[in-house]
Amino acid sequence: MPKITNRTSSFAIRSYIAVLSARFRTLLQYRAAAFAGFGTQLFWGLIRVMIFEAFYRSSTAPQPMTADEVITYIWLGQAFLVLIPYQGADPDVRAMVRSGNVVYELVRPTNLYFFWYSRAIAQRTAPGVFRALPMFITASLFFNLQMPPSFSATCAWLVSMLFAVLISAAITNLLSISLLWTISGEGLGVLLGSLTWLFSGIIIPLLFFPDWAQTAINILPFRYLMDIPFRFYLGHISPEQIWYHLPFQIAYLIALITAGHLILTRGIRRLVAQGG
Amino acid sequence: MPHIIVENLVKTFQIAQRQPGVWGALRGVMHRNYRQITALDGISFTIEPGELIGYIGPNGAGKSTTVKVLSGILVPDTGRCEILGRVPWKERIAHVAQIGVVFGQRTQLWWDLPVIESFDLLRDIYRVDHHQYAQTRDEMIAILDLESLLDIPVRQLSLGQRMRCDLAAALLHRPSILFLDEPTIGLDVVSKLAVRDFIKRLNQERDVTVILTTHDMDDIEALCTRVMVIGQGQILSDGPLENLRARVTTERRLIVDLEEIEDITDPDASVVLRDGHRVHLTFDPDRIATADLIARITAQHPVRDLFVENTPIEEIISRLYAENH
Repeated sequence: MPKITNRTSSFAIRSYIAVLSARFRTLLQYRAAAFAGFGTQLFWGLIRVMIFEAFYRSSTAPQPMTADEVITYIWLGQAFLVLIPYQGADPDVRAMVRSGNVVYELVRPTNLYFFWYSRAIAQRTAPGVFRALPMFITASLFFNLQMPPSFSATCAWLVSMLFAVLISAAITNLLSISLLWTISGEGLGVLLGSLTWLFSGIIIPLLFFPDWAQTAINILPFRYLMDIPFRFYLGHISPEQIWYHLPFQIAYLIALITAGHLILTRGIRRLVAQGG
Repeated sequence: MPHIIVENLVKTFQIAQRQPGVWGALRGVMHRNYRQITALDGISFTIEPGELIGYIGPNGAGKSTTVKVLSGILVPDTGRCEILGRVPWKERIAHVAQIGVVFGQRTQLWWDLPVIESFDLLRDIYRVDHHQYAQTRDEMIAILDLESLLDIPVRQLSLGQRMRCDLAAALLHRPSILFLDEPTIGLDVVSKLAVRDFIKRLNQERDVTVILTTHDMDDIEALCTRVMVIGQGQILSDGPLENLRARVTTERRLIVDLEEIEDITDPDASVVLRDGHRVHLTFDPDRIATADLIARITAQHPVRDLFVENTPIEEIISRLYAENH
């Protein structure tokens, strides 16, 4: 009997780090997509900056942000675009569910939620490597992207950015899990996609929305993906406010992970053997 | 103690039925009809350590469903199942660490990565000790002759090459039970033989318990000491291949090549096929000894060549299905 007694009692986290880094490395190979993405985002960034410049020139009413702040906010949005889960589920999981290869995911000695969550983190960060940095450099050299006003603002920004990644991956994972129900997963993807698009601040900084919309914006988790981190960057929210916002980010993260976990457990149970 | 105990396993699926046409699609939005399909209808068996079991049956008989329940992927409706003392779907993570699974129509390797990187990744996912891993990996590479494939991305491998890599991948964590779901499907003869040879060695030298589902009866004849036949969710037969043969038919076949084209008539044998100089006869060895029959025929006819065969296993299986319908 080949008993497996000499298995090391290494931490379970090894499995998750392995899949995260493998996925990350694979995604880094898509360099052409990164360059194309960079070009597109530069183009859209310029258009949006021009629109806001025209707006500020024609408006005399007091605005919630200064023109310089808005320009930096826009370039940050362009740099971190891939962070928001606007294109829906993890394409890898989508392909596996369609082909039925997902059965192999279920014979791994890992918690499937966190296995897929690790993939989602790679999905939300790797494509940004070749876009965020060049965009940062280009925009700060040529297009008036400002640096954070203080060291504490930078720290607050980085902390809230880290949780933005984690929340974004949890939303991505929720969409991946929904594939176990709908196979194609397009419906929920489109719905959540447009919600994140609108309420994260990527189209218009959230402070420009009318007062009646602010309640909805404040309740939804999407502002923690971009708007709040970016305003920490600008110093528009003072760094000490991180102690107010961080608990919310953590709460949203826990809620999203718990929900995803529950849905996945039920999803596996009703999993129909695709193709016998 | 048996490795696997299965008692009265039942699994049904609900399948939404759609009416054809646009009208049917519209009605489907309002009201769905569900059809119940019983994939497993009270299956029981036990498997001892080191057995090599053939699990056969027609498409849709419940083979893959059984494998999926045993590997912890599907939860059955009712029934008991214990593998190495664990209930697969209740202690899924501990259970799957002890088993290896190969689904012949799928791959568990990472499509874009070179084979060796997939192996390394599996080492980390299964948290295998580095030293043990290196040893198992090198053994697998040697036995399955994978050396030249290691740096090739999986998507560029041929089906036979990929299956060899998939077999290795399923064994890197040294499972004591291996489930093989149609591992030879679509393979050419050379690859088939390589896979078969490997399974046999694995079972004999390492004492791995193997459960093999297949449509290829040559796999069964070459490998399996015990055959379970499933049809419509029930076990129709379970035992050594010879028992199955004896149960369905004791008939043998005598194939005679005559010098001239002529008819053979014999009271104890009947002609089933005539093809030029060649005549196929069936006979019951309990009624007439094979040697006597041959003696009689060679006395009456000039014979160029002759040989005796068992009834092909395909025919036995199809008769078994026919009996049970």
